[in-house]
Amino acid sequence: MSVFGFKINEGRVIDYDKTDKRIFNYLQKNEPSFNLCIFCGSCTSTCSAGNFTDFNIRKLKMNIRRGLTDNIEKETEKCMLCGKCFLICPRGVNNRNIILKVREALTKIESHDI
Amino acid sequence: MSKKVVVIGGGITGMEASVQLSALGYSVTVLEKESQLGGHLNDWTVLFPNLRKGKEIVSFLEHGLELQEVNIIYNSKINEIKKINKHYEILLDNQKSIIADAILVATGFDLFDAHRKEEFGYGIYENVITSYDLEKIFAKGGEIKTPSGIKPKRIGFIHCVGSRDEKVNNHYCSNVCCVTGVKQAMELKTLIPDAEIFNFYMDMRMFDTHFEELYLESQKKYGINFIRGRLSEANEAIDKRIVIKVEDTLTSRPLKMTVDMMVLLVGMEPSKGTKEIANLLNLKLRESGFLKPEDDHTMSNVSNMQGVFFAGTCSGPMSIKYTFTDARAAVTKINCYLKEYELQNRIILN
Amino acid sequence: MREEGKKQIWKDYQKEIADDHFFYVRSCIRQSFFPGSETAFINILREELGKDIYEHPDHTTCTGIGYHSDLVPFETIMTVVARHFALAKEAGYKNFAISCVTSFGIYSEIIETWKHFPETLEKTRENLYKATKREFDIPENIAHASDIIYKFRNEIAQRAKIKLINIKTGEPLNIVEHIGCHYSKMFPKYGQGGAEFPEVLAGMIDAWGGKVVDYPERRHCCGFGFRQYLVQANRGYSVANSKKKFDSMEPYKPDFILANCPGCSMFMDKWQYTISEMEGKTYAENQQGIPVLTYEELAGLVMGYNPWDLGLQYHQIQSEPLLRKLGIEFSVEDKYKTKDGRQMPIPECPANINF
Ligand SMILES: Cc1cc2nc3c(=O)[nH]c(=O)nc-3n(C[C@H](O)[C@H](O)[C@H](O)COP(=O)(O)OP(=O)(O)OC[C@H]3O[C@@H](n4cnc5c(N)ncnc54)[C@H](O)[C@@H]3O)c2cc1C
Ligand code: SF4
Ligand code: SF4
Ligand code: SF4
Ligand code: SF4
Repeated sequence: MSVFGFKINEGRVIDYDKTDKRIFNYLQKNEPSFNLCIFCGSCTSTCSAGNFTDFNIRKLKMNIRRGLTDNIEKETEKCMLCGKCFLICPRGVNNRNIILKVREALTKIESHDI
Repeated sequence: MSKKVVVIGGGITGMEASVQLSALGYSVTVLEKESQLGGHLNDWTVLFPNLRKGKEIVSFLEHGLELQEVNIIYNSKINEIKKINKHYEILLDNQKSIIADAILVATGFDLFDAHRKEEFGYGIYENVITSYDLEKIFAKGGEIKTPSGIKPKRIGFIHCVGSRDEKVNNHYCSNVCCVTGVKQAMELKTLIPDAEIFNFYMDMRMFDTHFEELYLESQKKYGINFIRGRLSEANEAIDKRIVIKVEDTLTSRPLKMTVDMMVLLVGMEPSKGTKEIANLLNLKLRESGFLKPEDDHTMSNVSNMQGVFFAGTCSGPMSIKYTFTDARAAVTKINCYLKEYELQNRIILN
Repeated sequence: MREEGKKQIWKDYQKEIADDHFFYVRSCIRQSFFPGSETAFINILREELGKDIYEHPDHTTCTGIGYHSDLVPFETIMTVVARHFALAKEAGYKNFAISCVTSFGIYSEIIETWKHFPETLEKTRENLYKATKREFDIPENIAHASDIIYKFRNEIAQRAKIKLINIKTGEPLNIVEHIGCHYSKMFPKYGQGGAEFPEVLAGMIDAWGGKVVDYPERRHCCGFGFRQYLVQANRGYSVANSKKKFDSMEPYKPDFILANCPGCSMFMDKWQYTISEMEGKTYAENQQGIPVLTYEELAGLVMGYNPWDLGLQYHQIQSEPLLRKLGIEFSVEDKYKTKDGRQMPIPECPANINF
């Protein structure tokens, strides 16, 4: 292959037709409160993990919705499962369980169950 | 003899409806539990969306009542309401009884009690106040000071306090608090030109005439800052200023800010009086506790009890403009009913 | 800070705490890091208050740390907890007294799960029976051990030998309380005073004469976080959480920190050393560090127990300056002696913490 001294840019668009919605679908079925989020950010604001890492529980869920799941395993590991986000949420979203269910979904994806 | 209508509640709704019913020739009695009319209108100095004085509306309503013969019973407490054939008998706690051919329930709303959002610290941290408290400060006039006694340099407004929040069991939006926040921010900025003002919101619900323009003006002329993030908790700093914690959702990072004063934009809840009357009359309520019409599209103001109608904020959050419209709409329904034209007789095909 | 406002909230969260006949379940962490605490708890209940408190020799870890680190599945931990319930049933006890906040959270979470998903309760019954032939009932009352000390705080105050005041100035001590996240953040109704302004420790401090300090990061997590701490590379943000709290409380000059979770107590105590070593920053006047006490230790001190019997010498931050403030007498020689008088090795003094 020839080297021309430049690269062809990767697309920045979220190509919704191609992204991976398996975790999204799994959560919709197994933690129905996932659908109730209005992305107000209260959870992120109060989150112990998000105060010191780039972990953002709200954004994580948004990424799952869009099917952007590349780093998801590493991300979920940052959650301390403290439950503060559940206490604060105006929509009763069970973020703690969402994290547990994402991990569950990842195991199932690995073993080709979903 | 003219037919009798009893209006329960003498806020804007009750006052305007009484005037109109009386103008149509009905004999009207207003039962108001307080010693004055006007309800919450008395609490707001300057009104959104056009910053006119609240008093002007009061005077308009009062003048209407003066021109008509409306019987007003103040400090009234209703003990029991009996249905006798097509009439109602209303028994007051002073043993008085009043006969009504139709009843209009206009019992209004209560402000959300901000103590219930424990994590916001109202009643615990002195520099946390509500939009209602701020109106009292405006009404008093003079220099604006925080409860700690300093001239505030930075003020935070918190939207949706007690609304859109399943933790306090209020799922609905209160309609008026976004625009109230914008209005109050502008008023404060006028009084303290060097203050920084931040409104923390989830969505800016600027749906009505001139609301969006007011929002634009607040940015353009007043430099009010809007941060998209809901308050998760507030704390008191050592100097008694308030530490606000939100996610700045548009940069996706937690944000902390210390303000001299935090204003909670409290929403509306069905009033205690509404619940009492609903109980006495067996009226249907929505899940939110506001009164429920027989049909949301075609039967607004019409309750499940024959001859009982309702209007205004006892049926849900609304601003003054809609309160007037709703009161007048209820009057036409009562008029039709008393002339024996029943909406219910019309068929809906599905 | 308006006290009346807090009291108003407390009225809404008065949980039922049993009065007697406790089945006591110890904490893995508390026994290791605060070796005098649980003994003090049992003594206070049994000897001073005349209560019946029972420990079962077959009680095990709740496996909570494993659960929170993804090592122990939920089904397993439900069965472990069910087994503890079975032990209590066999011994004729209906009231649980739980030493650890992590365990307390686990117990609460499991009971709530069973309530909302009865099929999981049935499955757990089945699993436990298969594994052990045991049967269990859900206890009538679940209390954290700090709830029980809270409940008897006035009885303890009546027997108090000291008050939480500085004997030199006569002023109440400034005390920071720290509540473990899993005490009430998951289920506010299980916490005395709720989740935002818990009363459980504040009530003790009030009853024993001290002053509660509310500081901006009071509600923040200590940073333990299980898997965060367990992986060495992640400890940086575990410690950052504690540091955030120390920095926030420092201007209030706290005399000590009172905590109800053994994990929090350990981290808030030991991280002060870590921070002093990594950044040269030591909290409190004279670079002595802010002592961290468990509620059992504090109750013991108030009732005149010997600080070395309570195990204060095993803390990272030493308590002598605090003991002097309180006017508590102690023997310097006995500090590192065993009960039968043998001398134990004396730990080295850290480079950046003064004693
Ligand atoms: C913070 C805030 C600011 C606002 N600012 C504005 C503004 O600037 N512009 C605007 O357009 N709108 C504003 N509004 C909305 C406005 O206040 C309402 O639209 C209006 O007050 C509703 O009037 P009402 O008559 O329906 O109810 P209310 O004002 O609540 O009146 C109800 C009346 O009924 C009486 N009553 C209740 N129960 C009983 C009973 N059982 N027996 C007898 N009497 C009873 C009460 O004492 C009261 O007098 C604001 C609302 C809020 C919350
Ligand atoms: S607090 Fe609840 S609604 Fe708000 S972003 Fe988090 S999960 Fe969504
Ligand atoms: S449970 Fe996880 S996401 Fe929620 S606040 Fe705790 S650390 Fe953050
Ligand atoms: S009007 Fe605005 S502040 Fe009020 S509840 Fe609706 S969105 Fe929230
Ligand atoms: S026009 Fe106004 S009301 Fe309609 S969607 Fe936009 S902001 Fe909302």
